[in-house]
Parts: sequence; structure tokens; C-alpha cells
Amino acid sequence: MSVISTQKNTENLTLTFVAEFAADIDRVWQIWEDPRQLERWWGPPTWPATFVRHEMFVGGESRYYMTGPDGEKARGWWKIIAVDGPSGFEFEDGFAGDDGEPSGFLGSTRCVVTLEQNGGTTRMTTVSSFESAEQLEEMVKMGMEEGMGLAMGQIDALLAE
Amino acid sequence: MVVHELSETEIDRIFHAMADATRRDIIKQAMLREQSVSELAKRYVMSFAAVQKHVAVLERASLVAKQRRGREQIVQANPESLRRAARLLEAYEDIWRERANRIGEILSNQPEGTEP
Repeated sequence: MSVISTQKNTENLTLTFVAEFAADIDRVWQIWEDPRQLERWWGPPTWPATFVRHEMFVGGESRYYMTGPDGEKARGWWKIIAVDGPSGFEFEDGFAGDDGEPSGFLGSTRCVVTLEQNGGTTRMTTVSSFESAEQLEEMVKMGMEEGMGLAMGQIDALLAE
Repeated sequence: MVVHELSETEIDRIFHAMADATRRDIIKQAMLREQSVSELAKRYVMSFAAVQKHVAVLERASLVAKQRRGREQIVQANPESLRRAARLLEAYEDIWRERANRIGEILSNQPEGTEP
């Protein structure tokens, strides 16, 4: 695996992340489509994800929770906007309440996933769009591995955008 | 965690302030060295008042500080606030880095996939 590039846009609040994997496109598609494989990587080791529902078709929905070190649960949902398997899909990701259903808290994040095969490698591009900086902060809280140090600011790179 | 330190309003102000090319340039200039608003204004094809407005937006977001020195208003960058804004997007980038690492592991551990 290698990370090819990342691009942060502070104006649109988007993060574009590009990585390449030494695997066929169908294989990489599986890690998104199969909930058992998805939950092995979506959450960090200290906050593993469990997908109790996962429907990879337009209008389909997912329900998941992430379990923290003290057993606390952070719940979320997906809604599938578009699917073009194995070339990619688009989904909304939001927070859910204790009942596991969408809470409306902070709205939702859009994520567009694009897979492209070139020879034996598959390039995966994810573009995440946030509605507000506060939402981004909450997503970061939810996705961060506990105790993980944050990289110090590459201010020039940010300003150059 | 570092990202918890900023309130919603603070973060929104920072992102609003950084969303403009002139303001980003003003920050850059102020980071190189502190300088007066009139010095800054010479760099841009806009009125002194317009530049002053941009500086005010940056000041509200705590990205720069303004200090009166005689007849001059001196603009200084506040690198700590800038670093905080950068950290937020970087933190999310780190989440994806970690995810990509885990995907890479899954793909290399399963023989039915194409091996590297």
C-alpha cells in the first residue's frame, strides 16, 4: 500500500485522499462491500467498528457502531447515494443516537469513493466533504485513535491551497 | 486531544478567514515579518480600506494580531492559531492514512486476492 497524495481544501472543507493497493479492483471493492471486511478497517484498533446493517445499493443504508476502550459506543449511519461497483460509490455518513438511528446531529458528510485498476494495482480515491468545521472536528474525534499524536501543521502547504 | 480545544465559533472564523486568497497571502507576509497595514496594502490591487477589512477578519479569527505603533498599525501573525486550523484537516487525513494501512494489511493477508 502506498499513499499517493492527499489534498486539503480549507475553503470547501474537503479532503482528497489517494492510495494504491497491489490488488485487483474487485478485491478492493470487497473491502467496502463486505461488512465483515469493512469493519476490520473502518475504525481504529482501539475503536473497532461493527456494521449491523450494510446495503450496497442506491438508497441502501448502513448502521454501525464503534466500541471504545471502556465499552462506550459511538454510532453512525451511511446512506448510499450512487453505486457503480466495482468502480466506486458515493455515500453520506452521519451520527446516530443510542437507538442506532440517524440523530441529525451535525448533519452528514459526503464521501465519494473511486477505484481504478492499472495493471496489478488499484488506485483508491476518497473525497470527503464536510458541512462545517465543527462537524469535521466531531468526525475527527470519532475516528481518531486514542492517544494518537497529531501531526504538526504544515502551514505553508495549507496556505498554498 | 488538541482538536477539542477550539470552539465551533473559533473554528468557523478560522476557516472563513482562510477561505480568501488575499487573506492567505496577508498571513504569509505577516509570518515572514511583522509589517504595517499600509506596507501590506501596497502589495495588492485594492484600496487601503479593503486591505484593512481583510486584516480585521484575520484578527477576529486570531490568525493575526494588530498593534498600534505611532501612526502605524503593525500586523503580526499568530502561528499557534494557524497550526490549530491545519491540525484539524491533518487529523482527518491521519484517519484515512490509518485506514489505508489497515486495508493494505487485509489485502495482503488474504490469499484469494491478488498478491503483491
